[in-house]
Amino acid sequence: MQDFGEAFALAFGLVLSPTGDLAEIVGLSLRVSLTATVLACLLGLPLGALLATARFRGRGAVLVFVNALMGLPPVVVGLLVYLSLSRAGPLGFLGLLYTSTAMIVAQTVLITPIVAALSRQILEDLNDEYAEQFRALCLTRWQSVQALLWDGRYALLTVALAGFGRAVAEVGAVMIVGGNIDHLTRVMTTAIALETSKGELALALALGMILMAIALGVNALVQSLRLSAERQAAHA
Amino acid sequence: MRDLGYVETLEHAMLPLTVSGLRLSFGGKTVLDGLDLSLTATGVTVIMGPNGAGKSQFLKLLHGLIAPDAGQIDWNGTPATRATARQALVFQKPVLLRRSVAANLDFVLKARGKDRSRRDALLDHVGLSDKARQPARRLSGGEAQRLALARALALDPEVLLLDEPTASLDPGSVLAIEAIIRDARTRGVKVILVTHDPGQARRLADEVVFLHRGRVAEHSSAETFFDRPRSTVARDFLDGRIVV
Ligand SMILES: Nc1ncnc2c1ncn2[C@@H]1O[C@H](COP(=O)(O)OP(=O)(O)O)[C@@H](O)[C@H]1O
Ligand SMILES: [Mg+2]
Repeated sequence: MQDFGEAFALAFGLVLSPTGDLAEIVGLSLRVSLTATVLACLLGLPLGALLATARFRGRGAVLVFVNALMGLPPVVVGLLVYLSLSRAGPLGFLGLLYTSTAMIVAQTVLITPIVAALSRQILEDLNDEYAEQFRALCLTRWQSVQALLWDGRYALLTVALAGFGRAVAEVGAVMIVGGNIDHLTRVMTTAIALETSKGELALALALGMILMAIALGVNALVQSLRLSAERQAAHA
Repeated sequence: MRDLGYVETLEHAMLPLTVSGLRLSFGGKTVLDGLDLSLTATGVTVIMGPNGAGKSQFLKLLHGLIAPDAGQIDWNGTPATRATARQALVFQKPVLLRRSVAANLDFVLKARGKDRSRRDALLDHVGLSDKARQPARRLSGGEAQRLALARALALDPEVLLLDEPTASLDPGSVLAIEAIIRDARTRGVKVILVTHDPGQARRLADEVVFLHRGRVAEHSSAETFFDRPRSTVARDFLDGRIVV
């Protein structure tokens, strides 16, 4: 076990002039989680908009279901995706297990309910304000939804960021479906877990610092977006 | 009950309007109680009545936004629910989109398949050309109401329904908005205007409908209404007495 001080010094050095390995791990993390965030938005925003604007039988049940899915533990998501993608599973023929694609799938499954549930809340509040005006203007449902999505863009961006933050920080799902294979499926969180268990604290700390910077950065961005959205609303 | 002194019954595709036995209630509270009304004249019909008389709800019914509990609304053969696209309703508190003034007009022009090059002329018409790039949500009350009017006019309505468009606005805005209403009237748009302000009613009305307790208490030409109102409630209202 290295001395803590030494480990910190090494970690800082790594962050300031990253090795190829470190850059690769960070790059893969960002690629996987950003792709998952985009996919989760493509799936979750329309679902959120539908739940916000449509009244149909079973809507309440769907709402409860989506809200419950928000709290899914990442390891459970990982396990379910693993079962689907494993050779004996229904999607086994795709041969995706232990690839970055499998990690993207797992993180997408993990955060789509978050995007759907949070955007549903935002769009429903906005729709309460707009719906009668839209009907007076004789807009179609699709035109109304488009206007809601655009007018809610700042708040929805914070939803996407929240999803990204959760995806990039989770370890259980990507560990199970990705397998933490060097140069292939090793991302920041799985690398931190591995390096720590090996006692390689310098790399783990360097990754930890980068992950924390990303998490804090995302949070700061969410806060400032929320503030500016509130400022906009105050002028409403 | 009706002697419409002025005669200005030009042809209008949406007139006559025939409302019969209109009932509307919320919970146990009756808002409209078998309202009958027939409008034949073009020009400006002003609707007045005490607070809570059901004026705003009546406009929503005329625009087909809500359904009555009973009764019919017939716009020259078209029921209210299918007349919405041929009319425009400006709410007392219009909802503007969270985008620029110009983008608010762009949006409805595009959504309703109108000529988008008319946007600048519309802004000019309501005196908002210099605010085109500003966020609509930062407009003053009067400016916001003028943008709502421009948006309504962008729809080429045959009927313009206005719910207290100048309530609590500065005199300059009131003047500007009344000029816009007069102009619409001149172009043959049927205007139905709810107002609280007898002065405004005098300035704009061709005829007046006075609502009271969920029914039409008086329907007269503007001249008759202001000079010799027939109903006690209208007389009390004009004399500044409290009408409940
Ligand atoms: N959604 C609603 N639920 C319950 N009561 C309502 C609702 N909307 C309007 N009302 C009631 O209907 C009555 C008429 O309202 P409104 O048409 O706004 O009156 P006015 O515009 O003449 O002042 C009021 O007493 C109001 O409280
Ligand atoms: Mg009202």
